[in-house]
Amino acid sequence: MTAIDILGLEKIYSVGFWRKKPKCALRPLHLRVEEGEIFGFLGPNGAGKTTTLKMLMGLVYPTSGSARILGMEINDPRMKAQIGFLPEQPYFYDYLTAGELLDYYGQLSGVAPKERSRKVREVLERVGLADVIRVQLRKFSKGMLQRVGIAQAILHDPRIVFLDEPMSGLDPMGRREVRDLMEQLKHEGKTVFFSTHILSDAEALCDRVAIIHLGELRSVGAVVDLTSSIEGNVELVWHGNKVPAAMNALGADCHVTGDTVRAVLLEGNQEAALEALRREQLQIISLIPVRTSLEEYFVRKLQPSKAVAGVTR
Amino acid sequence: MSARILHIASNTFREAVRDRVLYNLIAFALLMSGAAILVGQISIGIERLVVINLGLTAVSLFGVVIAIFIGIGLVSKEIDKRTLYTVLSRPVQRWEFIIGKFFGLAGTLVVNTFFMALGVFAALLYVSQHFHAADGWVLVALYFIILQFLIITALALLFSSFSSPLLSAVFAFALFVIGTFAEDLRGFAGMTHGITRWLATGAAYLVPNLSALNVISSVAHEQPVPGQLILSNTAYALVYASMALCGAVLIFEHRNLK
Amino acid sequence: MSCLAGSVLLLRRIDRQRTGATLEEVLYISSPKLLKHLSLGYDGLLADIYWTRAVQYFGDKLDKGAEHYDLLGPLLEITTTLDPHLLVAYEYGTNFLAANGGQPRRAIQLSEFGIRNNPNEWRLYYGLGFVYYLDLKEYGNAADAFLRGSRLPDAHPFLKVLAAQMAERGGDIQTARMLWATTYQTTKDRDIRGNAAAHLRALQVDDDVTSLEKLVSHYRDKTGHLPQTFSDLEAANLLRGTPVDPLGHTYKLMPDGRVEVRVPDDLPFIQKGTPPGYIPPKPKFKPED
Repeated sequence: MTAIDILGLEKIYSVGFWRKKPKCALRPLHLRVEEGEIFGFLGPNGAGKTTTLKMLMGLVYPTSGSARILGMEINDPRMKAQIGFLPEQPYFYDYLTAGELLDYYGQLSGVAPKERSRKVREVLERVGLADVIRVQLRKFSKGMLQRVGIAQAILHDPRIVFLDEPMSGLDPMGRREVRDLMEQLKHEGKTVFFSTHILSDAEALCDRVAIIHLGELRSVGAVVDLTSSIEGNVELVWHGNKVPAAMNALGADCHVTGDTVRAVLLEGNQEAALEALRREQLQIISLIPVRTSLEEYFVRKLQPSKAVAGVTR
Repeated sequence: MSARILHIASNTFREAVRDRVLYNLIAFALLMSGAAILVGQISIGIERLVVINLGLTAVSLFGVVIAIFIGIGLVSKEIDKRTLYTVLSRPVQRWEFIIGKFFGLAGTLVVNTFFMALGVFAALLYVSQHFHAADGWVLVALYFIILQFLIITALALLFSSFSSPLLSAVFAFALFVIGTFAEDLRGFAGMTHGITRWLATGAAYLVPNLSALNVISSVAHEQPVPGQLILSNTAYALVYASMALCGAVLIFEHRNLK
Repeated sequence: MSCLAGSVLLLRRIDRQRTGATLEEVLYISSPKLLKHLSLGYDGLLADIYWTRAVQYFGDKLDKGAEHYDLLGPLLEITTTLDPHLLVAYEYGTNFLAANGGQPRRAIQLSEFGIRNNPNEWRLYYGLGFVYYLDLKEYGNAADAFLRGSRLPDAHPFLKVLAAQMAERGGDIQTARMLWATTYQTTKDRDIRGNAAAHLRALQVDDDVTSLEKLVSHYRDKTGHLPQTFSDLEAANLLRGTPVDPLGHTYKLMPDGRVEVRVPDDLPFIQKGTPPGYIPPKPKFKPED
């Protein structure tokens, strides 16, 4: 079944005290996420990712449009019992200990009293906070709070987990752990919907991604499909330190390092480049296709919109 | 549903306790002890009077201060600090959240009042050596004070749902002050004409009728409290508090959280 | 710590210099009605606070032998506005505002206010009659007040008697004695009881001196000359034992036949037994438990 079905969700804020100016945070969004996939919601800061998530959680009311999660309405308690949410830079009741907080959340999520303490301990172990179960949250570091956030999102075994910038505040080790956790969740059959502006994470984890910018959806699809849609580059390495004039004409990006030259150019120009090198009798060391990264795709996709940006504001 | 309200209420209670609210009981205990010991020097024959007046006034004032200071932050603090996000993304309805917060603070005040009542009766015992039948009316006065707390808490919660803590405190305190001479306000409204009368009457009935809930002086003089008054005050407090809570729920349900 | 001590010393210095504070300063807010509104319904406690001030004020003034008790009236009025049922405040008013304070009409106003708010308290009628009798000598009004009070179900039985006495023999020493004795027996306030005791002693002295001087006169009629000492009277079978005043000091028999008390300053309120040209100091009495 469709895990998340977003039907034209839109949010326009009225900004200003006397004369209200409308500010569009999210243009009508249409999106579908299937169960069991890891879905990345990508975009730069201020793109509208958090706004979308807040509307899905019922924290903010849409100006128009609707959404369905697991086939149920946004404010349906039955639906909420089956989802977990990690907000961006989460804040918790700092007068509670980690154990007390999770127990409280467990109570609110309807976890049976008999199972609660067990589940709390298990989830804290899973995020690596088992030894601070009795420590007050006010003493936690940013990274520890992030882990608590993840813990409370998965405590009650939800079918879908919504994560807003789950890697923020974590060191490389921590990020690795979160990535592994998200993979595990997928193995368990859960759906993971997470937003981020760190593309390498998305590239590594996601089945599908959506790219959003200035409140507008730019593209949706499987990572591999998106990246292959862009003409790829090749990397050409040869001996010597000579750069034939033709190379520059082909728009190649050349670097001379000691006794070798390394050039990156469009795939379509590789034949012409090889010709140029043969004419000069330069010895070729290697010719390798360079995979387009998601970042590359991202940058390309967002560029035209910058021109448009001047008009919409 | 009711289980969630109870959970929210007990967590609110826990927060108040960890915020060291109950330390006010120490100040209260010192006050009552000092009073009980010193009162004999004022004038023999009115020790009971003074102990009851002082004790009940302190219970009332301490409680109102607590109700306002904690009440104004009940919602606004959670919105500002964004602790609400992880709560409302759970199967908790917005109205359950408000009602749970209300019962949490009300419960804190009831517990607080209970301990203070012990202090008042201890002081009474000290100055009169044994209990009188008339001491029972002190319990009624305490009950009315708790009703007063329910009203103030509901109002503070109402303001908290849309206003900053500072403004909420000002509004809540202002309503408390005006509420203490609500009767006079109604009388005044009856004497005006035209637009003023319309406004004054509206205000007079909108403001909480706290003057009727203050029977401290009559109880101190061992005058009985009429049963009718007990019933009407109970009904009034419940209706008024519910009104304020409905307002809070309505406002909160339509709020976009930042 | 030393700064704190220093500031305390300085404050005391300033207090001493700022004697004779104005009425407003002492009362903080002089309008009783305004005060009642400002009390936010906690008028019972505020009344008790003002009552404490009133007692303190009176005690202070009494100690210093003051002439005027200007603030007593306002303080009592504020107290009773805040708590109309604080009966002891009315008692204070009738006992001290009239006599010491020199404001009997004000005391009567206060009493009537008390009666309006507590129509079933016999003590208030008693107090009213008291002021009419003692300070204004309006025996008719006094009788009226006592009569009104005597009609209440739990009234002190003496009220009826007093009503009758007023009507017949207003100026009698016996009546006065009855009044003060009733006050002494029925009040719970130490100051009031001490005052009543002092008055009773004074009445006793007046009585004693009158009787003793009568005996002296009797002796002179019998023997033709004045007695030298009290033993002379004893010898003439007119007296038994040496007469002592309520404080235990023996009376003095003067050469001109008058009887005097030994230490007039210790017996305020006496009208007889003082040396000629004696100016009594302001009355002082000790509160009695």
